[in-house]
Amino acid sequence: MNDTPFNFKDYVRSRFFPHMWCPGCGHGIVLGSLLRGIHELGLNKNEIVMTSGIGCSSRISGYVDFHSLHTIHGRALSFATGVKLSRPHLKAIVPMGDGDALAIGGNHFIHAARRNIDITAIVMNNKIYGMTGGQFSPLSGPGKKATTAPYSTIDNEFDIVELAKSAGATFVARSTVFHAVEAKDLLKKAIMHKGFSVVEILSQCPTYYGRKNKEGDAVQMMEGFKNNTVKIGSKKLEKNPNLIQRGIFVEDTDKPEYCEAYDHIIETAMKGNS
Amino acid sequence: MTNKDNIRFIQGNEACVEGALYAGLNFFAGYPITPSTEITEHLSERLPQTGGKFIQMEDEIASMGAIIGASLTGNKVMTATSGPGFSLKQEALGYACMAEIPCVIANVQRGGPSTGNPTHVSQGDINQARWGTHGDHAIIALTASNHQDVFKITVEAFNLAETYRTPVIILLDEAIGHMREKLIIPEPGELPVVDRLRTHVPKGVDYHPYLPREDDRLPMSDFGAQHRYNVTGLFHDMWGFPNNDPAVVNGLLHHLVDKIENSVNDIAMYKEYWLDDAEYVLVSFGSSARSSIHLAQNRRARGMKIGVLELQTLWPFPTDIVREKCANAKAVIVVEMNMGQVITQVKNAVDNPNNVFLANRIDGQLISPTDIKTVLRMIQGKGV
Repeated sequence: MNDTPFNFKDYVRSRFFPHMWCPGCGHGIVLGSLLRGIHELGLNKNEIVMTSGIGCSSRISGYVDFHSLHTIHGRALSFATGVKLSRPHLKAIVPMGDGDALAIGGNHFIHAARRNIDITAIVMNNKIYGMTGGQFSPLSGPGKKATTAPYSTIDNEFDIVELAKSAGATFVARSTVFHAVEAKDLLKKAIMHKGFSVVEILSQCPTYYGRKNKEGDAVQMMEGFKNNTVKIGSKKLEKNPNLIQRGIFVEDTDKPEYCEAYDHIIETAMKGNS
Repeated sequence: MTNKDNIRFIQGNEACVEGALYAGLNFFAGYPITPSTEITEHLSERLPQTGGKFIQMEDEIASMGAIIGASLTGNKVMTATSGPGFSLKQEALGYACMAEIPCVIANVQRGGPSTGNPTHVSQGDINQARWGTHGDHAIIALTASNHQDVFKITVEAFNLAETYRTPVIILLDEAIGHMREKLIIPEPGELPVVDRLRTHVPKGVDYHPYLPREDDRLPMSDFGAQHRYNVTGLFHDMWGFPNNDPAVVNGLLHHLVDKIENSVNDIAMYKEYWLDDAEYVLVSFGSSARSSIHLAQNRRARGMKIGVLELQTLWPFPTDIVREKCANAKAVIVVEMNMGQVITQVKNAVDNPNNVFLANRIDGQLISPTDIKTVLRMIQGKGV
């Protein structure tokens, strides 16, 4: 734990600001929650490797004062797997967008979860491809408008929590950028969890998703997160089962972590060799 | 006296494994694919015995990503594949070119395109090794025709990857990969092993990960060490931060190409057989070079002035060396198992491209000395 006051500038590369996110984008709130969480945990910046793919959310890695690896579209988890397995003492954090993580990167997502390798995957879900100008993603869901769905989408969406659970992730949580303090606390738990952890954070893209789907400006979209989500098991669900649940869905500490399991392989192989 | 334990009778794929371990490989990520699978299998057994890490990834792309990640933490890394897998790796391979990440990719060639002829020999990926990933870039690709040389060029692949901070491709072919023959593993120290050049910039002083020294080299700092910096596949400035200033873009692309193309003669590895007085020069590489050498030996015994230039460095193409070695030839015959890939480079290199002929075979069968002899007789006007 860290009792010193949080100073945003201690954790970012001021040289590279201003950032490239649109006004009203939710991703800066995720960055704020993440950095506050890391500060409170008192982690050594030299021991954090942030690996990302391509997209608006993936630009987070460039702004933070950690080791940062901005890779190719959808493959961040595979690069992070190489970082983590080769140096298990490093903390591997992988911020991803919904398209990056679950369309082009879907295979890496389920397999990283299956291995239970100690990586923290943050899915910043704004239900749209922002950087390329507003195409629908696997998280948009049916009946939505996007630049590639002028007549509305017919594609069903993934449920990130259910997907991560069934693929074998041992820590699965969800929050929103409206609930920035809750998101920070969930991220802290995810980072300290030994195993593959997934935190979905609903974030708004007023520029494309909001405008196309008439969900209003950033403030209105954040009010939507407030009104349409509840803590896991809330009584409000009895009246409205369509409310999105927030909180920790899985926290399993019994399953072996991949890098630790591989250390046993090394022990066995070395015994056989001598 | 060679230590008996160092004498092996093994497949070429295993010779590649031994070379990689000799060079200091300590991280491998792979995916099963014929005919390179034995590299992956052997390393799953051997690497943990040395404390190294092996991982079988979910696909070819992920294998390439994982080795790049592991290289950045300070490891010597490798993956192995064949045609379809090599196609899948191209985007991440280009990333390693752009971000200047040392790594080695073994491509044991099979027939293509597509799934092609998985269990048969081909040398059809020469141009893919050069231009498989998009955009201008330079690349290093090495090949070999026997297991002793497979070992040697594998060690050299790691050395070049570290020296030039680049992906290096080992282009074996199915015949070399699966054939069994003798390998004598050199003693430690017998072959040079290049370690990574790391920065001496002390803690607290601004480290510029992408500011080349005068010799174009870039000392690295391991992820996890004291310097925290950004690595990206975007055009970037000396801090590794995305930058599309025309001067920065221009300077970086020139650096990426020049650091390798300007060292073409340092990188060039080749062998020559009976070239001093050769009127006919066979230019070949990989398993085709074995048939070329066999034929030249056979014709020499009958008084023909014929020799072989065996290329071990295919990229950057050793243009000056090929020109010099072929200068006195009446005819140059390029022997390769594709529709004519290296011949384009040879024609470009020599003074008289009209005297360059192709002896090839593309049906999945090893090109034989007789196949080459047939072309030779045609050139000589003797018929077949």
